[in-house]
Amino acid sequence: MTILTFTIILLLGAYLAGLAGSLTGLGGGVVIIPLLTLVFHVDIRYAIGAALVASIATSSGSASAYVKEGITNIRLGMFLEIATTAGAVAGAILAVYTPVNIVAILFGVMLIFSAAMTLRKKPEGELETGSPLSYRLKLNSSYPTKDGIVSYKLKNIGGGFSIMTIAGVLSGLLGIGSGALKVLAMDSAMRVPFRVSTTTSNFMVGVTAAASAVVYLQRGYIDPGIAFPVIIGVLAGAFTGSKILMKINVKWLKLIFSVAITAIAINMIYNGFHHKF
Amino acid sequence: MKTTENKKITDYDMQQLIGQVLRYGVLISGCVAIIGGILYLWQKGTGIPNYMHFNGEPAGYTSLTGIIKGLSQGSATEIIQLGVVILIATPIIRIVFSLFSFMLERDKLYVIITSIVLCIILFSMFGGLSI
Repeated sequence: MTILTFTIILLLGAYLAGLAGSLTGLGGGVVIIPLLTLVFHVDIRYAIGAALVASIATSSGSASAYVKEGITNIRLGMFLEIATTAGAVAGAILAVYTPVNIVAILFGVMLIFSAAMTLRKKPEGELETGSPLSYRLKLNSSYPTKDGIVSYKLKNIGGGFSIMTIAGVLSGLLGIGSGALKVLAMDSAMRVPFRVSTTTSNFMVGVTAAASAVVYLQRGYIDPGIAFPVIIGVLAGAFTGSKILMKINVKWLKLIFSVAITAIAINMIYNGFHHKF
Repeated sequence: MKTTENKKITDYDMQQLIGQVLRYGVLISGCVAIIGGILYLWQKGTGIPNYMHFNGEPAGYTSLTGIIKGLSQGSATEIIQLGVVILIATPIIRIVFSLFSFMLERDKLYVIITSIVLCIILFSMFGGLSI
């Protein structure tokens, strides 16, 4: 296989990763790492570098639209980014001391968790009153829906902040956006409405990934030959995804995707235990 | 459209500004990556990819001065790395813009919160973490 064929296949793979990532809300990284390690047998460290690049591309690409529509809660994102960036830097430092097969196993576990999160029922209804801290930090806000502006209040800020720190560490360690954990922290702990939590999570992924990407770039994890098809493919895929999101029923897609990444996850865990990385 | 005499920065303005920053950052990075990528394939397209073993990229690819030096020599891989750097910088620039917006809104609490986030990122950039 020449570099040209490698690039073309990777470009197509990254396009599908960006498309699936934006339609299911999981981001590009979860597909990029298995594609590179399991299909191309690329060292997992290069795959992590590529996944970080993919995460930033999907996040920034789709966040620009959501922020303008006023769905994203910028203050909430900004506040929680303290937790995720600190976690991400810690994760990137930890990565040096973590054997690659452990990284692969952790990644597999994270994938299964993400798949389960995609299919779970969303908690419904906005809170009428928030916790005292939510008022002090000005986190309560409103967002546009088709029935008009809906306001919401938040609770359990400390709990959400703690889960965000873990999400940050995993993001720095594995190179993924860990969007699923971020949504869990916001939806289930803080009771952020679903549309706001997914868009705010997406908004935060870019900064979280950038915090650790700087470290990974300096460490030589980001290879130009892998990075450029990934950036272009993921951006094009995420763009297509945001265009067709409103027109298709993502319910089945999410189910198929969840089953597929669970299978990939088991493969990653199996290989991790057998030291095949 | 009514022109407001009192030009006060609102959350709405900040949303539009941040949206633009993210969009242009991604577009510029994508364009640079395409240019570098085409050049790279033209130079090395017939070679064999070797990513089975992790070597770490040479120092030239991993520091800004190295990348700028490589650019002056017309190196395709350095052009791609420049695209990567622009991509990584995009969310960081977004934070800087948020910081200015919060300052103009006179939201002291969020000026502090945004500064903390910025400090963490700058720490990871310059904190000697490049082991």
